[in-house]
This record gives sequence, structure tokens and C-alpha cells, in this order.
Amino acid sequence: MNPSNYIILSALLFGIGATGVLVRRNAIVVFMSVELMLNASNLAFVAFARMHGNLDGQVVAFFVMVVAAAEVVVGLAIIVQIFRSRRSASIDEPNLLKY
Amino acid sequence: MIAVVLATDATPWVMPSIEYRLLAPILIVLGAGVISVLIEAFLPRSVRRPIQLTLVFTALIAALIAIISLHDDRAVVGQGALVVDGPGLIMQGTIVVIAILGALLMAERGLDPSGDAFAPRASALPGSEDERQFTARGYFQTEIWAFFLFAVGGMLMFPVSNDLLMMFVALEVMSLPLYLLAGMARRRRLLSQEAALKYFVLGAFSSAFFLYGSALLYGFSGSISFPVIAEKLAANPGQSALVLIAMALVAAGLLFKIGAVPFHQWTPDVYQGAPTPLTGFMAAAVKIAAFGALLRLFYVALGGMRWDWIPVMWVIAALTMVVGSVIALTQSDIKRMLAYSSIAQAGFILLGVIAASPEGLAGAIFYLISYSFTTIGAFAIIMLVRDDTGEATHLSKWAGLGRKSPFVASIFALFMLSLAGIPLTSGFIGKFSVFTAAIEAGNTWLVIVAVVASLIAAFFYLRVVVLMFFTEPTEETATVAVPSVFTTIALAAGATVTVLLGIVPQPLLELIIHAGVFVR
Repeated sequence: MNPSNYIILSALLFGIGATGVLVRRNAIVVFMSVELMLNASNLAFVAFARMHGNLDGQVVAFFVMVVAAAEVVVGLAIIVQIFRSRRSASIDEPNLLKY
Repeated sequence: MIAVVLATDATPWVMPSIEYRLLAPILIVLGAGVISVLIEAFLPRSVRRPIQLTLVFTALIAALIAIISLHDDRAVVGQGALVVDGPGLIMQGTIVVIAILGALLMAERGLDPSGDAFAPRASALPGSEDERQFTARGYFQTEIWAFFLFAVGGMLMFPVSNDLLMMFVALEVMSLPLYLLAGMARRRRLLSQEAALKYFVLGAFSSAFFLYGSALLYGFSGSISFPVIAEKLAANPGQSALVLIAMALVAAGLLFKIGAVPFHQWTPDVYQGAPTPLTGFMAAAVKIAAFGALLRLFYVALGGMRWDWIPVMWVIAALTMVVGSVIALTQSDIKRMLAYSSIAQAGFILLGVIAASPEGLAGAIFYLISYSFTTIGAFAIIMLVRDDTGEATHLSKWAGLGRKSPFVASIFALFMLSLAGIPLTSGFIGKFSVFTAAIEAGNTWLVIVAVVASLIAAFFYLRVVVLMFFTEPTEETATVAVPSVFTTIALAAGATVTVLLGIVPQPLLELIIHAGVFVR
């Protein structure tokens, strides 16, 4: 199959992820959308690595997986803490900081 | 026969060479971070703080010595992932010095009656019985030092990374600990947690943009290394949609970190909510690291595309300066005001980036150094000005402070004058050098915008000075706490550098110009 189809798929996934971050209000869902964006990048890296015939892109994909795992740890810690003190995981509700 | 074929087919595996001496500054700080985690795991609570502080300061001073000892080295190291060059070393050196000052502020315990600026247990619910117990028993969270060291390690890698992967990893190593630290304030914990959430969500969003942009750049050039990308761009001139989209995405990721408009929304919230010593450190050091990365990416990898990115940067720089200055006018919280001021300052530094010349690079670096020392000093003063609820950040509580505590108020006035760019302070020389570089590069209209923006900015900086010195103190007026030796050193260093660079900037300017340009 033509690798450029995978690039188009990755662009679609990235777009869905970015839309999800902007539209959804639950912090966990927003966070999942960010992960979707990271994985869309991974797909693009791997597809480009196949097109160029070198391994750089695949190596990057491994590093991104590790970074994404670290991000999950940090992100969930923050979201859980917010949830415990406010009984809600909505991104809109914490609004003490403004103007 | 088969064995022979295999042997000739496979490329022989070569042991990668790691230049430990040239990588020493980064390795020392990250190694100390690992040791710091082990200390948390294995040592009893009572001895952790002195050991952690010794470790942090030893590591930072060792890293500074390592950076100074490398001043004559210019090399590409770590299999092409990192570089050692003049501008990179100067930025690393400044980051380490700022980190030392930041660590001094974070170690301060004399100001808050219940301890330092960080929550006794970040896991305890705000306002809960647990939290009161932890505070009453005098618990302290020493994990902050492990986070701090990793963040500094990431900052040291960020401006010297020479490929897209390294830059992404450095970005995350720098940011992830800062997201957590931002949520760990001792007072006003709900604000602090909210700041952490906003910082994290927007930060992760922007680094995803950076990553997708990197993927497209890799798709265009078949390599993640900056020099190879530059070669490929030179070999295929003319605009390609792929490269333009890639450039916009990576730029969005980096501009978010420097807080440029329209990627600035997180800055005021995070600066206000985060613990003040951390805000001071972050405002200074993250800005240097992120500008270093931005300069390297746009000068080294995308230098050939400069006629495509410079016009976009014009608009961003002009917007950043004007929006930052104008919104700062309306602020009533001093931390928030300094946050908008940092946005405006980022716009001025962008003038140096846009000049795309060695003078522009030198001007931007000088501006970054002067800005960072002034800013960390200003936040140190904010730590001192307190009432019984903690830090008194509302501007009304600063009215008449100059009558009550003339010395501290004068030092704060010095920082404000420097940020406003009044002559005889470092801020003036910084503005002067980026403005000159921008005029030489033919961006006169942008300099006119910058001058107008700095006039607007001067108004709100001077308004604080007027408020402190020419208003009568009321019973609302905050009092100035007496700091321990930690904050005093940091404050003295910030004030000294601000004055020194204003009166004798020549040695530093020569050092920066002598350092030359980026190694490719």
C-alpha cells in the first residue's frame, strides 16, 4: 500500500486530536486527545521512515512513546489532584485565575 | 558462503563515541537529579533537606565550572545530537547561574511562618485535616529538588540540541517537572493546582504541535538533524507546502514556551498561581532555554527559509509587544502584571531573532541575560512583601511601601526601571542592542512599534514606582519580611547584575560577540 495514505491518516488523526482538545471539556478526554496527537505524529514518523528507507523516524517513534508515558504520569497526577479538591474533572470549572 | 554474504551485507556495528568531557555540564545536572531521587527513596526525612541542598548547589556549581572550562571548544557531539558552541555555552552558563539563584529562593524558609513556599504534602487536599496536620508537624516536600534538577537538565539540553528528537526530549524533560512544581504552592493551593492544570494541558498541546511539525520536516528532508535539513532546504529552493506547514507547527510549539502572542494565554495564569520562587526561576530560565532553541532551529535548520518565516515573525513580534504592554496596564495583581510584562519583553527579544544576523543573535542573548537577572530579582522582592495571608500580590497593598521600607522598595524600583529600559540599567542596553540590530536589518517600522510599546510598558512599570513612593501608606499596606541569607544573596546578585550591566555592559557584549555564531 502506498505509504502516503498513512500520512493522510496521520493528518486526520492529528486533526481529530486537536479538535478534541479544543472542544471537549473533561480533562481526561482532553488529555486523551493530546495523546492521539502524539500518536498521529508517531504514525507520520514511521510512514516517512518507510518512504525514506532510513530508521530515524522509527527511533523517534520509540522516544515519543516513552515521553508520552511520562506525560501520562504527570498529567494524571495533576488531573486527579484537581478532581479530588473540586469533585470535577472539567477544564472549565477551575476559573479562579483570570484577568 | 552464507556467512560471508551476511558479513558483507550488514554494515559493521561501530561503537558510538560519547564525548563525556564536552557533555559534562548536562551529565552532571541530570546525574545529580537521579541521585536526588535516590536520596528521597532511601534517606530518612530529617536529613534529606541539608543533603538535597548540598547536592543541588554542588551540582550546579560543578556544571558552571564545566561550562566555563569548555569556553574554547566548538564541536558537534553525541552522534550529532548536541552541539557545543559559543552562544550555546553562554546560554547554558546563564541558565545555571539563574538556577543557582532560583534554588536559593526555593530554599528560603524564613519568610512564611509555616515553612517554605511549597506545600508540606502536595497530595493532601487543600483545606483538609491532613493538610493541617502536615503543616503543624512541619513536614516539607524535598522532592521539589529532584524535579528542579531535571528541569535544569532539560533547560541545558534545549538550546544546544542539534536534531529534532533531542529538541523534543529536552522540551519535555524541561517542562514535565515544571508542570508539577507549578501546582505545589503552600498558600492559595486551589489557584496553584489550577495553574498546573492549565500549564500542563496547554503545554502538552503545544508540544504535540512541535512534534507533528518535526514529523513533517523529517518527511521533507529524510533526516532529523538540523544541518541536513538545512542542506535539503538549500537543495530544493522554492516553497513547498509541506515545509511551510512544518515550519508553522514547530514555531507554534516553541513560541508557546516563550509566551509570544497568540500563544501567551497560559503565562499570566501560571505566573500568578505557581509558587513565587518557582515563577521567578521559570520566568527567567525557561525564557532563555526556549529562545535558545528557537534561535537555533530558525538560524541553523530553517535559515534558508528566512524570507518565509521573517514576515510571520514580524506580525508575531509586533503583536507580542503591543498586547503584552497594553494588557499589563490593566492588571491589579503584581505577579500577573509581571507575567504580561514578560510577554512584552519576549516581543522585544523577538526583534533580535528577526534581525537574522550575528548582531541580532548577540543582542537577543544580551537582552535575555539582562532580563533574566532583573526578573528573578523582582520575584524575590515579591516573596518578601507579605501580609498575614501570605504574599501580598495585590497592587493596592504595595501603596506607600516606599515610605515603610525604603530600601526594599528602592531595589524593586531599580528592577522596574530596568524592565522599562531606563538608561544606566541593564534593560536599556538590552533594548538598545536589539533595536540597533533590527534597524540594521531594515526593520525600522518594527522598531517604531517597539518604541511605542516600550513607552506604554514604561507607564505601568513607573506606575508601581509611583504607587510605592508617592502614596501614603495605609493599614492595608503590606510589610516586608526579613529574608534569610538565601534570598538576600539572590536579591543582591540580581540587583548587582542589573546595575553592572547598565553601567559597564562592554565586557559581556564583547564576550557574546567573541562567542561567535552557531556551529552547524
